[in-house]
Amino acid sequence: MSNTTLSVRRRTLLQAGLALGASQVVGAPFVVRALGDQPVKIGMVDPLTGVLSALAQSEVDGAKYAVAEVNKKGGILGRQVELLVEDSANDVGTGVQKTRKLIDRDQVDAIFGDVNSGIAYAMSQVTNEKKVFHIVPGGHTDPITGTNCKWNVFRVCNTTTMDAEAVTPELVKKFGKKWFFVTPDYAYGHTLQDAFVKALTKLGGTYEGDMLPINNTDFSATLIKAKAYKPNVLLNNMGGLTQINCMKQFTQFGMQNEMGLGGALFELESIKACPVEAQTGWWDFEWWWNQPNVPETVKFVSDYRAATKKTPSARDWFGYVSVHSVRLAAEKAKSLEGPKLAAAMEDMELPPDVALQPGKVFYRKGDHELMPNIFVGEVHPLKGTADDYLAVGTLVPGEKAAGTVEETGCKMVEPS
Amino acid sequence: MTMAIASLGGRLPMTAGRRQMLLVVIWGALILVPLWLPLLGGYTALAGRVLVFGLAAMGLNMLLGFTGVLSFGHAAYFGLGAYGAGLTLRYLVHSTPLAMLAGTLLGGLAGTLFGLLIVRRRGVYFAMCTIAFGQLWYYLAYSWNSFTGGFDGLRDFERQPIGFGPFTLHIEDGGTTFYFFVLAVFAVAVAIMGVLLRSPFGRTLVAIRENERRARFLGIPVERHIWLSFSISCFFTALAGTLYALLNNFADPLTLHYTLSGYFVVMTVIGGMRTFWGPLLGAAVFVSLQDYISSMTVNWMSFVGVIFILVVLFFPRGLLGTIRRQAKA
Amino acid sequence: MTQLILFNVTNGLIIGAFYVLMALGLSLILNLSNVINFAHGNFLALGGYLAFALTPTLGYWGALVVSPFLVALIGLVVERLMIRRIYGRDPVYSLLLTFGLAFVMQDAARYIWGPNGLPLGLPAVLAQPISPDLFFITYYRIFMVAVVIVAVAGLFSFLRYSRIGLRIRAGTLDLETVASLGVNVRHLRTFNFALGCLLAGLSGVLAAGQIGLNPNMGDDLLMPSFIAIIVGGVGSLIGTLFGGLLIGMAAALTTVVYPAASEAVIYAILMAVLLIRPRGLVGEEGMLS
Repeated sequence: MSNTTLSVRRRTLLQAGLALGASQVVGAPFVVRALGDQPVKIGMVDPLTGVLSALAQSEVDGAKYAVAEVNKKGGILGRQVELLVEDSANDVGTGVQKTRKLIDRDQVDAIFGDVNSGIAYAMSQVTNEKKVFHIVPGGHTDPITGTNCKWNVFRVCNTTTMDAEAVTPELVKKFGKKWFFVTPDYAYGHTLQDAFVKALTKLGGTYEGDMLPINNTDFSATLIKAKAYKPNVLLNNMGGLTQINCMKQFTQFGMQNEMGLGGALFELESIKACPVEAQTGWWDFEWWWNQPNVPETVKFVSDYRAATKKTPSARDWFGYVSVHSVRLAAEKAKSLEGPKLAAAMEDMELPPDVALQPGKVFYRKGDHELMPNIFVGEVHPLKGTADDYLAVGTLVPGEKAAGTVEETGCKMVEPS
Repeated sequence: MTMAIASLGGRLPMTAGRRQMLLVVIWGALILVPLWLPLLGGYTALAGRVLVFGLAAMGLNMLLGFTGVLSFGHAAYFGLGAYGAGLTLRYLVHSTPLAMLAGTLLGGLAGTLFGLLIVRRRGVYFAMCTIAFGQLWYYLAYSWNSFTGGFDGLRDFERQPIGFGPFTLHIEDGGTTFYFFVLAVFAVAVAIMGVLLRSPFGRTLVAIRENERRARFLGIPVERHIWLSFSISCFFTALAGTLYALLNNFADPLTLHYTLSGYFVVMTVIGGMRTFWGPLLGAAVFVSLQDYISSMTVNWMSFVGVIFILVVLFFPRGLLGTIRRQAKA
Repeated sequence: MTQLILFNVTNGLIIGAFYVLMALGLSLILNLSNVINFAHGNFLALGGYLAFALTPTLGYWGALVVSPFLVALIGLVVERLMIRRIYGRDPVYSLLLTFGLAFVMQDAARYIWGPNGLPLGLPAVLAQPISPDLFFITYYRIFMVAVVIVAVAGLFSFLRYSRIGLRIRAGTLDLETVASLGVNVRHLRTFNFALGCLLAGLSGVLAAGQIGLNPNMGDDLLMPSFIAIIVGGVGSLIGTLFGGLLIGMAAALTTVVYPAASEAVIYAILMAVLLIRPRGLVGEEGMLS
């Protein structure tokens, strides 16, 4: 008796599965529309699950917001924009597969991604092979716009070199030239520390440091070494949660009274995960929302908060800029073909309502790197209620921090 | 070859005609993939992935389904295959066949040696040792930056065209040519697997699965057979791993991670772990479901997790297992 | 130098204590029910998150006590609804079931509390170093070790002296006999599973104070716990205790010499044990086979 009910249940399950499959079949391929009605498709691959998910989510939020904004104003070249988001799960294999899927099946016009620079690079191999326009909103390692630069790949966020060059003079001026590095032991960490060492030794500094596993949780051994070295600055190169744990233990050990704390990159998402006592140090922010003197930014922030109930972070801005860059480039090129979009992007300047900061912000022709300002400042615990965590010290122009194109090692090969 | 595999279902209560039908359907579907898959909203790279994971799961199933021994660490051999192939292409020689050979040997031999250590363990303890040992390779790949590329994965290698005298097979472009290359490798591997399982050796494995004690009384060297089965199964999974590296032009530490081992096991169980073709079917179902769901929602992990739970609680025999049971009834 | 030595000993103890607490829970379940609980790390995360949610109303100390029991309660429900259906079946099913459960629980944590990391605030007394010379030993570290010692002592005396504890231990050795003596094995297993989850929840609250909260926080602790069990010897809780301390110490000491290898050394120990003494440090012959 019970046996029959069971098998019935199994069969319904199967049928439900079939129905699910069938609905997918009907959805995608058989619909043929005139080109003018067909949306402009942008594929976005980001690690929405896994340790980088908070940053990825912000990038997607920013991109979605921009897409809604663009669509309200008539879309790109008169066509509505559709954003197809795929989760790379912080896994290179999945990221590559999702990229192929977006290109082969969905036939997207542009690809964004990934927060993880390893995945971003792997994706760029695919997009380059398929000649698809590709923007890397937030993967930082140098080679993407340096030694491995590609004609179809542009980047919004800074290189590690830019971040290091921007904050180093500030830290040296504030605290001194003897530094101790805490660095994660993988490609991103290595390039970041190399960039800092270069910037520091240029100013006559000395250093020591430890390389730690990426997901290291306990920093006490390293901090004891650091304390014995008596540096002026403890430079925290760790990323995400490990960065926070390092700072937390640093302050628990009372070391903030003996040395300065700082590093290249800190993010609004991470500050919020910090306990109050660890919200400290001198850092780069690649974009910061609180710019009372820039009316475009003030308006953007209030609109964004109204629409999404959150304060935009640098990551939201990356996603926002990426979408608008496609729009601007397409309008300039009057086309969505990869090579034409890429040509239009070179030396393209962002208008104030996209740049959302003072000064000239543009994609440099030689290496396809965006040249924004870098916000160097001191992090403090929340003041007031509106995510006010940062006292901005200086704005360093990106071009000054980036060095010349020759120094990046980029040799652009144009499409055949 | 077809006959060899056809008669595999010795225990299958199918008529010869139905068996032939099954084979025609499977191979027909696989060969015609580039024609029908795009119509269903799929893409050829997805089919390549199904074949690769299907081969890995079929390799695992030789141990799990046909010997009755559970490894929850087969991703290690899959990943070693991938790294072996990638490292060869990157550092040693620009040859796809040699890379595949090297990767298969690396994964297979690692499995063979490790098998010696754990062959006396059984059940859940055996599984636990395989998990822990698999993670060893994960950490090695993850932390050896200069050699394996560490966390970012091994890159800067590409599959190379294969020359046959005057002909050259251009698999470097991806797409359909590469798919058929994978399919050819898959066919050869599956044929060998079929012959092995049909041989007296394969029958002995099933005897061990059914009743280990009786097999022992009959004088069968049980440990040696389990060891051999583990070893051979690792070779097949490693071969699949080399194909995966070629598919992505990439190898990353997560191909060694126990999460992937779990995927292989669930593919096997979904399809039916006591059937020959079950794991391939399971791979097709699992890979396409995961691909579909993860595009639909960020919460794909819940869906995948629920699939695991539902399969265990309500569908333990898997698709083919259930069909076969109904055919018998 | 004295600083370094002192530090390494305490630090090894702390890391080891974490592994021990987590591995003991896993080991309890494994020994009695023959189930590897892949979701154990997620029960740990759940403990941390619940403490985070309870702190505003109950305060830290209240959350520290209540949260583990809530985790145990959830564990009990999970066991009743799912785990008990796969007892006695091929081990593949228990692994798949808890593996799937781990996925669902991790995703649920992300869904409820967001993908961002969250801090678990500690009382001010715990967050400071005990003295300027021993700056690297905060009161929290001492507190953690103390809690673990109390919990482990409590667990072992419970298993030794209470009636249920005796039954659990007996069931570990020979479940059939225990059942034939009229003990309700179903209830025993449910209770035992909840007890394991209680330990996971407690480690979660402690870990949250040290490393903060995130949906994946249990993952990194799962593998070391497996290894602690194998190294200590499957079937022996004392073995698990030693195994956890041993690999914790080894990892901490390696960090001083060569930080990048602090994880690798755990696997080296595993290999050595499998090669030289396959039954584990304290395990009994035949337990593994």
